[in-house]
Amino acid sequence: MLEIKNLHVKLEEDDKVILKGVNLRVEAGKVHAIMGPNGSGKSTLSYVLSGRDGYEVTDGSATLDGVELLEMEPEERAAAGLFLAFQYPVEIPGVGNMTFLRTAVNAQRKARGQEEMSAGEFLKVVREKAKALKIDAEMMKRPVNVGFSGGEKKRNEILQMAMLEPKMCILDETDSGLDVDAMKLVADGVNALRSEGRAFLVITHYQRLLDHIKPDVVHIMADGRIVKTGGPELALEVENNGYADILAEVL
Amino acid sequence: MAVAEAKRDAAEARLSALALPQGGWAGAARAEALARLRAMGLPGRRDEYWRYTDPSSLVQADAPKASLFDPKDEPMAFTGFDRVKVVFVDGVFDPAQSDDLEAAGVELLSRQTADIHWAQSLYGVLEARGQTPVRRPLAALNSAAATEGVLIRVTGRAAKPVSLIYLHKSETSDAVLHHCVKLEEGAELTLLENGPAAARFNKVLEVEVADGARFHHIRTQGRDHERRAVTHIFARLGRESLFKSFTLTANGVLTRNEAVIELTGDDAVAHVAGAAVGDGDFHHDDTVFVTHAAERCESRQVFKKVLKNGAVGVFQGKILVKPGAQKTDGYQISQSLLLDDHSQFLAKPELEIYADDVKCSHGSTSGAIDETALYYLRSRGVPLRQAQSLLVLAFLAEAIQEIEDEGLAEDIRARLESWLARHGQ
Repeated sequence: MLEIKNLHVKLEEDDKVILKGVNLRVEAGKVHAIMGPNGSGKSTLSYVLSGRDGYEVTDGSATLDGVELLEMEPEERAAAGLFLAFQYPVEIPGVGNMTFLRTAVNAQRKARGQEEMSAGEFLKVVREKAKALKIDAEMMKRPVNVGFSGGEKKRNEILQMAMLEPKMCILDETDSGLDVDAMKLVADGVNALRSEGRAFLVITHYQRLLDHIKPDVVHIMADGRIVKTGGPELALEVENNGYADILAEVL
Repeated sequence: MAVAEAKRDAAEARLSALALPQGGWAGAARAEALARLRAMGLPGRRDEYWRYTDPSSLVQADAPKASLFDPKDEPMAFTGFDRVKVVFVDGVFDPAQSDDLEAAGVELLSRQTADIHWAQSLYGVLEARGQTPVRRPLAALNSAAATEGVLIRVTGRAAKPVSLIYLHKSETSDAVLHHCVKLEEGAELTLLENGPAAARFNKVLEVEVADGARFHHIRTQGRDHERRAVTHIFARLGRESLFKSFTLTANGVLTRNEAVIELTGDDAVAHVAGAAVGDGDFHHDDTVFVTHAAERCESRQVFKKVLKNGAVGVFQGKILVKPGAQKTDGYQISQSLLLDDHSQFLAKPELEIYADDVKCSHGSTSGAIDETALYYLRSRGVPLRQAQSLLVLAFLAEAIQEIEDEGLAEDIRARLESWLARHGQ
C-alpha cells in the first residue's frame, strides 16, 4: 500500500538534513509501528508524507498504491486515502467542529466523484462514531480543538479518521499526553478501524500504546533512517533495554 | 490662521454646490448646524482624526464619478426577510418601490408637517453633542443640508424591521440622508440598511434609545467598487437599554464610518461591530467613540477587516469613561487579516478613564492566514481555496456574532462567502 524508497528530506529554512534514505513498505491490512529516540525523524516523516510546507525532498519517492504522493497537494493526498493523526492537533477558533468535519468529508467525496453526504445522513453517522469515542454533542459544537483537553484532541483526531475512512492512517505520537483510560479509548477507536483494506503506521516513543494497538511489524528509526525491523518483540526489547543497545548494534 | 481659513473656504465651496433647505420644522436646527460647520470648516489631512484617511474626495465640491456596478445574479441583502422597505435612489425617496410607510409608523424627513416635537428634540441635537471633544464637520454639513431621510418613532415592539434600501443609478450622484430614530421606553426596533447609495454618500443616523429600549442595526454597504461614503451614527442610551450595530462593508473606494455612542443611563449595553472585506482600491475607516457616563454599563467594539491587493483598513476607537461611571465594562478589539504584503492596517485604540472601579480591555492585531491551520484543513481534504475561505470566515466570526438574529447573521455570512468566491479566496 505505502511504499517509501530512499527518501531524503531537509528543512527548507536551514538546510538541515533530517531524513537520510528511508525505506519502508507497508502492506494493506497491516499495522506497522515506528519507534525511535527523539530527533530521529519520525514526525518529519509523517509531515512529509502528508504534505506540510517547510520540507524539501532531495531524493527518493513515496507512493500510495503506486501513485506518487510527494507531487500532490495535501488535500489531494487526503483524497487519495492518506490520513495523519497529528501529534499536536491544531486549534481553529471560529470554525465549528461539526462544520469542519462535514466540510472535510464532503470535500473528499467530491474529489473522488462521489455524491455529498446530506446533512441528516452525516449527523446520523457522526453521532454514532462520536458516541463510541465518548465525544459529546457539546464538543462537536465547539470550535475545532479550541479548549479541548489533550485527550479530547486525540479522540477528535480518531473521530476524523473514522469519518474520513482513509486507507493509509499515520498516527503521530497519538499516545503523548494521554492517561491510561484515554489511551485505551483511542486504541479501541483505532482497532475498530482495522480492516483488510486499511493499513496503519503508528509512530510512538513507548511500547505501552502497542499493548493496545498490536503491531504486525516494528521499525526502529534513528538518525533519519530505519535501522532495524522486526516483529512485536522488538518493541518489548526497546521497552526493557532502551535504544542504546539496538543503536550500538546497528550504527 | 491659514489652515483654518483654507478649511472654511473648502466648506463654502462645498456649500455652494448644495441647495440648502430653508425654513420648516428643522429650519432652526439646520441653521445651527450650518453655523457649526462654518466655525469648524471641513476636515483636512492634518486633523488628528483624519491622519489615516484622506478626506479630500469627501469634501470637494462635486462628487467624484463612480461607475455603476453590475451585481449580476447576486440578490440584494435581506431579500426574503419580512420587512418594511423604504427605497432611496441616489438619495431621493422612491415611493413606487417603497412599502406603505404610514402603516409602519415611518415618516419622511421631506414630508413631515404634523406632530414633530419629538424629532425636533433629536434632529441635529445628538450630532451637535457628538462634536465634542472630536469635531465631525461632515456630520454638521449633513444636518445643515439634508432634505431626505426617515423619522421613526417606536413606542412598542415594532412588528417588522424597517429596511432602508439605497440604490445607485447615477454615476455622479451626491446623496445626503439624515435619519432620526427614537425608541421610547421599552420599545424595540430592528433597522436594516443596504445598498451602495450614490457615487458619494453622506449619511447621519441619530438614535435615541430610551430606558429599557432595544435597538438592533444591521447594515451592508454595497460593493460598487468606486463609491465613496461617510456615515455617522450618533446614539444616546438610557438606563438598561440596548444598542447593537453591525456593518458589513464589501468594496468601495472610500468608506468612513463613524459611531459616536453615549451611555447616559445606568446598566446600558452598546455593541458596535464591523466586518470589512476589501480587494484592491479599497480604503475603509472605522472611527468609534464610546462614552461611558453612567454606572455598570457595558460596551463592545469588535472590528475585523480582510484586506488584499493593497487595500487599506483604518480603526480609530476610543473608550471614554467619565468620572463616576463606576463598574464600567469596556471591550475593544480591532483586527486585520492581511492576505498579501501590499495591504495595510492602521489602528489607533484609545482608552481614557476617569473612574477607578472599571474594567476596560483592548487589543489590536494584524496578521496573515494561519499557515498551520491551513495545512491542517488541507490534510483533511479541504481544498486550498475552501480552506482559506473557512479561515477568513472564522476570523470574521466574532464580529458577525454580534448580530442577534440568526437569520440575518446567516444572510451576512452568505454574502461574505460569495464575496470570497468572487475574489479568489
